[in-house]
Amino acid sequence: MRGKPIFVVRRTEEMLARLSEIEGELADPESRVEQQPAYAQNAFRAREDRPDIIVLIGLCTHLGCSPKYYGKIQPESFDANWQGGFFCPCHGSRFDLSGRVYRLVPAPTNLEVPPYFFESNEVLVVGLDSEVA
Amino acid sequence: MQTSSPFKRIIDWLDQRMPLTQTFEYHMSRYYAPKNFNFWYFFGVFSFVVLALQLVTGIWLTMSYSPYGETAFASVEYIMRDVEFGWLIRYLHSTGASFFFIVVYLHMFRALLYGSYQKPRELVWLVGMGIFVVLIAEGFCGYLLPWGNLSYWAAQVIISLFGAIPLVGNDLAEWVRGDYVISDITRNRLFALHVIVLPLVLIGLVFLHMVALHHVGSNNPDGVDIKKHKDKEGVPLDGVPFHPYYTVHDIMGIAAFLFVFCAVVFFAPEMGGYFLELPNFEIANPLKTPEHIAPVWYYAPFYAMLRAATYPFLGLDAKFWGFVVMFGGVLMPAALPWLDRSKVRSIRYKGVYTKAMLAIFVVSFVMLSWLGTVPPSELRTLMAQFFTLMYFAFFMLMPWYSRIDQTRPVPERVRV
Repeated sequence: MRGKPIFVVRRTEEMLARLSEIEGELADPESRVEQQPAYAQNAFRAREDRPDIIVLIGLCTHLGCSPKYYGKIQPESFDANWQGGFFCPCHGSRFDLSGRVYRLVPAPTNLEVPPYFFESNEVLVVGLDSEVA
Repeated sequence: MQTSSPFKRIIDWLDQRMPLTQTFEYHMSRYYAPKNFNFWYFFGVFSFVVLALQLVTGIWLTMSYSPYGETAFASVEYIMRDVEFGWLIRYLHSTGASFFFIVVYLHMFRALLYGSYQKPRELVWLVGMGIFVVLIAEGFCGYLLPWGNLSYWAAQVIISLFGAIPLVGNDLAEWVRGDYVISDITRNRLFALHVIVLPLVLIGLVFLHMVALHHVGSNNPDGVDIKKHKDKEGVPLDGVPFHPYYTVHDIMGIAAFLFVFCAVVFFAPEMGGYFLELPNFEIANPLKTPEHIAPVWYYAPFYAMLRAATYPFLGLDAKFWGFVVMFGGVLMPAALPWLDRSKVRSIRYKGVYTKAMLAIFVVSFVMLSWLGTVPPSELRTLMAQFFTLMYFAFFMLMPWYSRIDQTRPVPERVRV
């Protein structure tokens, strides 16, 4: 993906269930801004057949630092009520486990989901929408 | 006919073919500088010394540095460990970078104190601002070359700033980078800028700075015009020839400066992580952003201004306004000659409003420098916003407070 870092996270049932609970705190919970292929414009920002796998470009939409993965649902120094996700150390932007940006942080949009597809159950191809591209 | 000495004959031969003696007299032995220069007038000379030092050490660093691939980081280690006196050359250069900004900031502050930017020295000031901006770019390019992890992410953040410009931003950032992320391509082009383009521009601007200054003459701590009172030969009564009076005087100052400078080079070249930052002892890692990103201290005030912009405004997001405020902060002083409406130049004869505003400006600048080097918190963001406003208030309100300020009468001649 043009040398950019890629995050691939497999989310548990519990993680997926929590995603809808925090929507009130997000800037763009429905992913209206085009930061993902059409097939990923849903609550999980993932392909419908594999909602547990999220693929993200690991660069903050603010000034391009690489956010750090804080996957556990536990209080963190930057958020006492942390529900899991990504935290950018440069300017404090926060994203949930679908890469959706929280309100009132410097980053303006959700993390970008690159084109991707599953070649088989074991092989994930990033950068293309399908075999024929 | 009397035969002249061989030295005199060489000078005569040269003088017939180029204005050698004439130029020396114009800029040195018949350049009349005010006799009341004080401590603050050392910093212009010091910047010359540091510029020369950076050029010479830079040439030697380039002999051993490799801009190619992963060898960039290794070549800096090689310079530090294996090259004869490589550690000294590198520490002189890295400490020189910080001292360049120390002396330039103090040199600029001197101009603020004594109104040196006022008519007829507007062009001297504008060229000086040009030097300051080029110096910022030069430092930024040089900072990427060691290819440490903070080099990498600092470049990533600053070049991403161009992405904040509406419409063309992302394409512009990509064009500057030459890639989708910071890469070898980016480092190689910044290397070219750092060792060739920007030094050439810098030397050209310094030349213009001197030419313009010597055309209008130096200001002084009293801000009075020494050309108003001249003797029969047209020499200002309050002036002394730059050479030998100030050349000898400055050698003493340079010696004192080098004592301080060398103490830092030999005993504290990292300056507790302010001159050389800790994450930069680790090689650039595109997957790992350091826990705490802070610019080198001399960019910190402007970085604090960038972070202070957290609200969207006029339909443009906070990121864009951060870009505007940061570059605005750098360029704002260029407007000083037209913002200052005071009848007097020097702070000695200005009134209480100007003195109070100057104090507020100094406090704001120092506080922003500190805020730019520490991690943000809610309180610190509020503080950064407050001091950014104060910084701009010093400039924006100047046309008003400098006009109504109660000034004191300026003497006819300089006080010594």
